Amino acid sequence: MSAALLRVDKVSKRFGGFTALQDISVDIRPGERFGLIGPNGSGKTTLINCISGALTSDGGSIVFDGHDVTRLPAYKRTRRGIARSFQVPRPFRTMTVLENLLVAIDFGVESHGLSGDQATAEVMAILEKIGLADKARVSSGQLSQVELRKMELARAMAARPKLLISDEAMAGLAGAEIDEVLDVLLKLNGEGITVIMIEHIMQAVMRFSERVMCLDAGRIVCEGTPAQVMDDKRVQEAYLGA
Amino acid sequence: MTGRGVWFWIGAALFIALAVALALVVRNEYVFFAGFVILQFIVLATAWNILGGYAGYVNFGTSAFFGIGVYTAIFLLKAFSAPLLVQIGVAAVVGAAMGLGIGLLTLRLRGIFFSIATVAITIIAETLIINWKFVGGATGVQMLRPPVTPPFDSYIKMLFVVLAILVVIAVALARYVQDSKLGRGLRAVRDDEVAAESCGVPTLNLKLVACAISGALMCAAGAPSAMYLQFADPVSAFNLNYSVSALAMSLIGGTSHWIGPVLGAILLGSTQQLLTVTISSEINVLVLGLMLVLFVVAAPEGIIGLVRRLWRRVGKGSP
Amino acid sequence: MFSLELLLDAVVLGVMVGCFYAAVSIGLSISFGLLDVPNVAHPALLVLASYGAWLLGDFDIDPIVAGFIMMPAFFLLGVMLYRTYHETFEKRGSDAGVRGLAFFFGIAFIIEVVIIMRFGVDQRTVQAFYIGKSIEILEVRIPMRMVAAFVVAILLSLALTLYLSKTFLGRAIRAVAQDEAALRLMGANPVAIKQWAFGIATAVVALAGALLIIVQPVEPTLDRAYIGRTFCVVVMAGLGSMSGTLVAGIILGVAETIVLTMFGASWAPAISFTLLLLVLGIRPQGLFGR
Repeated sequence: MSAALLRVDKVSKRFGGFTALQDISVDIRPGERFGLIGPNGSGKTTLINCISGALTSDGGSIVFDGHDVTRLPAYKRTRRGIARSFQVPRPFRTMTVLENLLVAIDFGVESHGLSGDQATAEVMAILEKIGLADKARVSSGQLSQVELRKMELARAMAARPKLLISDEAMAGLAGAEIDEVLDVLLKLNGEGITVIMIEHIMQAVMRFSERVMCLDAGRIVCEGTPAQVMDDKRVQEAYLGA
Repeated sequence: MTGRGVWFWIGAALFIALAVALALVVRNEYVFFAGFVILQFIVLATAWNILGGYAGYVNFGTSAFFGIGVYTAIFLLKAFSAPLLVQIGVAAVVGAAMGLGIGLLTLRLRGIFFSIATVAITIIAETLIINWKFVGGATGVQMLRPPVTPPFDSYIKMLFVVLAILVVIAVALARYVQDSKLGRGLRAVRDDEVAAESCGVPTLNLKLVACAISGALMCAAGAPSAMYLQFADPVSAFNLNYSVSALAMSLIGGTSHWIGPVLGAILLGSTQQLLTVTISSEINVLVLGLMLVLFVVAAPEGIIGLVRRLWRRVGKGSP
Repeated sequence: MFSLELLLDAVVLGVMVGCFYAAVSIGLSISFGLLDVPNVAHPALLVLASYGAWLLGDFDIDPIVAGFIMMPAFFLLGVMLYRTYHETFEKRGSDAGVRGLAFFFGIAFIIEVVIIMRFGVDQRTVQAFYIGKSIEILEVRIPMRMVAAFVVAILLSLALTLYLSKTFLGRAIRAVAQDEAALRLMGANPVAIKQWAFGIATAVVALAGALLIIVQPVEPTLDRAYIGRTFCVVVMAGLGSMSGTLVAGIILGVAETIVLTMFGASWAPAISFTLLLLVLGIRPQGLFGR
């Protein structure tokens, strides 16, 4: 039995009377590329908020890398290896790109023991990989949309994650830019990082993922290979609102 | 220590030496009366900026910490005849504890709720003191100064030098916070708290530390006031003017660097002294309010920002 | 001695005071509760309106009438304040929090000092036929001034609740609080609507300020006590809930009068602030919040 990197077990979340998530269970294997799809308001972002710790789930448990993280605050989960990007980019606006990443390495990696120069070198290597090295000294408030998306991924990487959750990192991007971001995610996965991708752009998720899960109204509709999910009637119904 | 650090400490040593020299040479006591107030404002503004400027949590409760500092000193004096330095030291500890307590209660709150909560703390603290007879209740309490310690020939000069040392401690702390990992974390909190948390920043812990440091300095700044005025009453000790001044001086000077609050306090503090003497104390409060509004609207980065912009323009003009 | 009779007195008076608190808070309930503008200058505007009513009193104008007369001027003042706030802070986006708060704090401070310089620190009162008399309700003697304030307060809350739920603009104001983007998609201009709403909120303060000087003598720094009362009511109500504002006002009013009768006036200023802290600590979404 291969141990799951992330085990989500019967997780529920309610907002007042509204049930956003109902008994969601899923196992993610180490190194997997996992796609999460579903119509707007289906609970995708709520689920990853529960996984990353931005929200605390009302029921169920979340086990990551052998540790129960259900009740841990977000920053401790980051230190255990769960990193994420945001649907709407959230840069530290008054800082340069470099400083943005330094925050993540300084706080996201526990006792990294790096000197200032070494930390900067590590951050620059990440920026190089992601194709933002020339923007390192630019204030993050001045980046273009695609650059912001890349910086979010780079910042997540600076915390040396085992699991990277990409929340619609391609929303609002054009064709070539989508491929750029997709390439970055594939490259990171190639280095052994497990990736959960939430995406509206079907083509991208299907190309990227080894396994896809579809949510609707806070429940799992189906789960399987991209082809299986695409062919599933229930998925089509969920998207057409039937 | 880096080159900059050396220069900072040389400057600090010179500053204290200058304060001592002034105290030993200058005869006119008024200089020290006015100087004390300006130095006190430097400490308050610097303290305010550690939470308000670096972390972006607007504290309206400077006067709560200040007032508790004043009354800590009075209590120690009445109960144990404690000497000045003990008063200040204990006040700092009380202030740090108070900062932690208030922080735990309010720092989970978003922006304005935190600010309103700090006003609440001020009024509640004032009400408690009003109803505490031992420290004089609503009518206030009068105190006698103990004999002055040599080499100073007057108590007010000694207070002036003590405040100068407090200024150096405050500014050094602010500078340390700004340049340290803590400072970078606080800046992340200020820019985007959710993103900070997701980068591994323990946001609540950092805010608590900032609130405790800030509170300790504010209380410490309040403690010598008891001996300065030889009188204290709740209404003036918890006067909201301290809150407005600390906030205005920081914002006018510029919140992004420790020098900002220092500049703001020197500029506004001395203007205030001048206006209070020449015209009226109401006018000086009005000027403070007008300057605050003017600066937050027209020069959001404060004096620091203006200077930087000027610098850049000069730089461009002469290639 | 504390008796049941005294308690009844306190409760009846507390309910009336509470409705008055609701009336002075309702403008804030719109500007802060619905529009999310950190309007800490609200209590200062309130006291400013009280002084306006006092000035108009010199011309034998009844304070309540004076409140209505001042409404257009306050409406304009509100529009100007919001415009400035929007242009300088909301639009720039980043860092609106710190500087926006400081802006309104500064405005409050300026109003306070200008009042001190113009009118001095003495307490001011107004004259009207209903001030100084009292009537008996449930065997409790109630000053007529409280009754007058109570009636106007109820009518004001009712009028605003109707306005926000029945009229087109009123509904637009509530919509802007819920979802600005959706409103923009429908072709409405959220900024214009917010500006209008802030104007209304400030116009209401004109009348509320008149009530304030009917209920108690006014001095320039009175706004500080009302920071606690108004924010306590608005937060306790749950941001932007009009009916909640009335209930929260009554809770505060009764709590204050009971403590006042039991422990004396020196504890009064801390009540609203303590309640506010309790609400923030235990149930920050308020009693009727989402």
